[in-house]
This record gives sequence, C-alpha cells and structure tokens, in this order.
Amino acid sequence: MTSIATSPIDNNELGEFGRSSADDGRGSSVVFEVSNLSVSYSGKLALQGVEIEVYKNFVTAFIGSSGCGKSTFIRCLNRMNDLVPGAVIEGTARYHGLDLYGPDVDPVEVRRRIGMVFQKPNPFPKSIYENVAFGPRVLRMKEGLDERIERSLRSAALWDEVKDRLGDNALGLSGGQQQRLCIARAIAVEPEVILMDEPASALDPISTSRIEDLIHELKRDYTIVIVTHNMQQAARVADMTAYFSVVTPEDGGSRHGVLVEYDRTAKMFTNPSDKRTEDYVSGRSA
Amino acid sequence: MTVRRVRAWMFQALMILSLAISMGALVWLLVGTFVKGLPALDMKLFTNPPSSVPEEAGARPAILATLYIAVLVLLFSLPIGVATAIYLEEYARKERWYNRFLEVNIQNLAAVPAIVYGILGLAFIVRGIGVGRVLLAGGLILTLVVLPTVIISAREALRAVPDSIREGGYALGATRWQVISRQVLPASIPGIATGSILALSRALGETAPLLLIGALTYVAFDPTILGPFTALPVQIYTWVKLPDAGFQQLAAAAIIVLLAIVLGMNAVAIFLRSRFRQKW
Repeated sequence: MTSIATSPIDNNELGEFGRSSADDGRGSSVVFEVSNLSVSYSGKLALQGVEIEVYKNFVTAFIGSSGCGKSTFIRCLNRMNDLVPGAVIEGTARYHGLDLYGPDVDPVEVRRRIGMVFQKPNPFPKSIYENVAFGPRVLRMKEGLDERIERSLRSAALWDEVKDRLGDNALGLSGGQQQRLCIARAIAVEPEVILMDEPASALDPISTSRIEDLIHELKRDYTIVIVTHNMQQAARVADMTAYFSVVTPEDGGSRHGVLVEYDRTAKMFTNPSDKRTEDYVSGRSA
Repeated sequence: MTVRRVRAWMFQALMILSLAISMGALVWLLVGTFVKGLPALDMKLFTNPPSSVPEEAGARPAILATLYIAVLVLLFSLPIGVATAIYLEEYARKERWYNRFLEVNIQNLAAVPAIVYGILGLAFIVRGIGVGRVLLAGGLILTLVVLPTVIISAREALRAVPDSIREGGYALGATRWQVISRQVLPASIPGIATGSILALSRALGETAPLLLIGALTYVAFDPTILGPFTALPVQIYTWVKLPDAGFQQLAAAAIIVLLAIVLGMNAVAIFLRSRFRQKW
C-alpha cells in the first residue's frame, strides 16, 4: 500500500535525466509532502493511504487506469475537492510544510498559489483578453495588466496566434488553442505549481505534442503535476511518475484506488520495483 | 393497404385534427377580434381617457398603467428572483430540509392561481401594510404572481452554465462570489432575461388580482405610482360588460393593443434567446 519514493536529490541520478549537474536547483526541495491521504465521497472510499513527495520544478506524472483515483488525488492538492459535496479528505497534505487542510488555511489562497488546468478546455465565454485578465483582476494584480497578459500568452505559446484578435471570443479558438489559453490563464496569476488533469486527452495529436512541448518549457519556472492515462505521454514529459491502481479488498470493502509505486520516470518504465507497475507499463494489465 | 399502414395514416390524421382544433380556435378568436376591433383602433384609443360616449372613449390611462406596472414588476421581481435563484443554485446545500422545503414551495407557488395572490395582496399589501388601492399595490401583487416563474427560469439559466466554468474560476483563486458575479451570472443573463420577460408578458394579461384589489373601472387621468389606477385587461373587462356596440368595438381594439404588447415582449425574449445563445 505504501510506497517509498527514492529521493531524486542526487547528482549522479540527476545525470540520468540528461542534464548537467550545474543545471539548477531542480528537485532540490519538496513542494508537496503527502502522508496517508485518503478520500471518500459520501462515505464511499475512493482513494486510500497515499504517500508521496512532489519536487520543485519537476514534472510529476500520475498514471493509471480509470477509477484508480489519480484525478481524485490531484484535486486534493489545490483543495478542488472541497467543492464536491460529500467529499471527505483524511491524512495530511503539506505544501512547503504547511498543512493544506489546516484550520487556518483559506482554500481560495491555496488555489491562487496552485493553479489547475482541466481535462476539457474550459475557457470563459468571453474574449481571449478577458480570459487571461480574470485571474489578475479578481486578485487585484492590476498593475501592468496588458504586459502581464502578453507575457502569459507568450509563456503558453499562444501569443503569435492570437495577438491580433485578443478581443475575439475564446470559444472560437480550436481545442488545442483553448487549452493553451487555459494554461496562460493559470500562469497569469503567478502560481508556483500547475496541476494538469489530463490536459491533452481531449486534443488531437498535433495539439497534444504542442502541450507537451509547452510542459517542457514551463518546468523551468513551475512545478508541474500532470494526470495522464497516456503512458507514452508520462514517459515523454515527466521526471517522476506515480502509478495508481484499483484494488478490491478481500474483506468485501469497496473498490478504491491506491498509489502502487512512485519513482523516477526512467526507472518506472524500465525497471519498476512492483510487479503491478511492470504489468501496467508493459501493457499486460489495465 | 395493410393494417399497419392504415393505422399509421389514421394516427397522422388524428394529430392533424388536434392541431386544426387548437389552431382553428385561435384563428377564429383573432379574426373575430381584428374584424371588430380594427375600425376602433385609432390614435384616440391612445390619447383619450375613457368616456361614457364610445366615440370619445380611449384607453390612455389603462395603457400607461399597464406599462408602468410592467416596469415595476421587472424592478421588483428581477433582483428578488435572481437573488433567490442564486441562493438555491449556488449556495443552498440540497441535503438541508429547509432548502428542499423552499424548493418544493416555489414549484407549487408557480401553480397557484393569480386570484389567490390577489386575495393575499388585498389582505397584506393593500390593507396590512396600508399601501392602498394604488398602482404600486398592483405592481407588487403582479410581482408575487411572476416571482416563482422568474425564480424557476433564473435557476434553469444558472444551471445551464457548466460547472467547468465555476471550476475554472475557483482554480484561479477567485472566491465564490467572484465566480458567481463575474462568470456565472453574466453567462446566464440571456436565459434569465428571456424567462423573466415571458413570465411578465403572462402577468400583464392578468385581470382577476387587479380587480380584487380594486383597480378602478373608470380612471380619467394619467396614472401615478401612488394614485388610483386601472389596467388594460381591467379596461377591456369593463368595456366588454357594456351593451353598447361601440364599447364592444373599443374592447376588441384594446385587446389588439394588449396582444401587441405581449407579442412584442415575447419577440424580445425570442430575440435575446437566439442572439445570445451560448454554445459550450
């Protein structure tokens, strides 16, 4: 049930990512520290006993078949599950040592620091400009709004496609452009972390590869957590990968998700420690 | 022909017959009204107050009062109705008994006959808080009549905004009120406007509650909000009761005016719905 993450903070091992050791402080500090986290919806257990550490400026991928709780888990990291009636979260999730579910923590503030991009692109039914401006406006970051919007759209690799039509309705963009707009929107409020819940699953292959390129770019400045059902995608973009799976307890309890194994992506896909991970990544089980 | 085909043909004929009955009744009414009313439909109707002489009589006070009432009803029912809908859709926790109680009650209130609101209005608005038999009281009572419908249509409009929009707002660190006021409500305004206008256009044809609170049958001056009043349906009712053929013609002409007002409002509603329809 529990899984022990090998610390990636080791220069020799960092070398395996194909980077110089003088690279950066990548992975040098822990952003999320989750222990024994369980989630249930209206009394029905969905996810049990997750232990994981997410490292700064890494891309961390959650993989697994549907129903394994990976989306449920990512939504615990910015308290989006608070919005689901009947959701109960137990255990602890620390963000830079701060308990996200502590009594004094304001979920609104949590979500400002930890942005999210959803499975289906969900631009607001407004202009491209207004989509990006919404976050800064509600957070009263009104200084230099135009520059902030341009910067965000450039970071999301969308600026050149939309700079001449910022006033157009965002719903007129293609699916891939809409998703990059949602990424720009998230970046505009300067979060530290961006959570991505299957960000490319509704997109065509070309748009998908643009999103993946973008993730590579973004990890210089942001810590990224991505849920994906696509193993190749995890292998392409992630530094660390966590495999979630569904278990059916023998005592007759309800089916729920667990974290099976968490390790460097290269190890997860070539030499996993757990048989279940090996079966999954080699396509022998769902 | 096989039996199956005969059955299919018969069923189709039945449906066309049903359609013909309802359409026929409507056309008959309209044609009758227009034939009778068109000769009396002139500027006099809009400029003159009622009179005991049909040739002199107009419906100016009634038409004005109906327009005033329409504005009052919108002013009162929109803020209250939309706020109630926002509470029920966005804040209320459905598992609480009082929220379910509220919901069932609003559904039921929408089905209560308008005259019951008239009785209520007479007791509580006209006499209870002492507003008196004035135009404001008429506006308040018709507000009660349309409120359940406004609430229900506003809820539907809010519900039509997908949750992904709310999540998108929350994920940027917006508060619940910011998400509602800046994303959900603006996105649902066309739906709210459409539903409210349709509710209002029905209410403007209501006669019973206004008669009950004492809308006058003879008002010879332009209405004021705190003065005695009549309304177009009340004026029609008054004229229809008079035996003189001239008044019958005036009643038909006033019906055409009321129809035009209601059709005009419905046209605005349909325009809003098609113009601002959101494809998510």
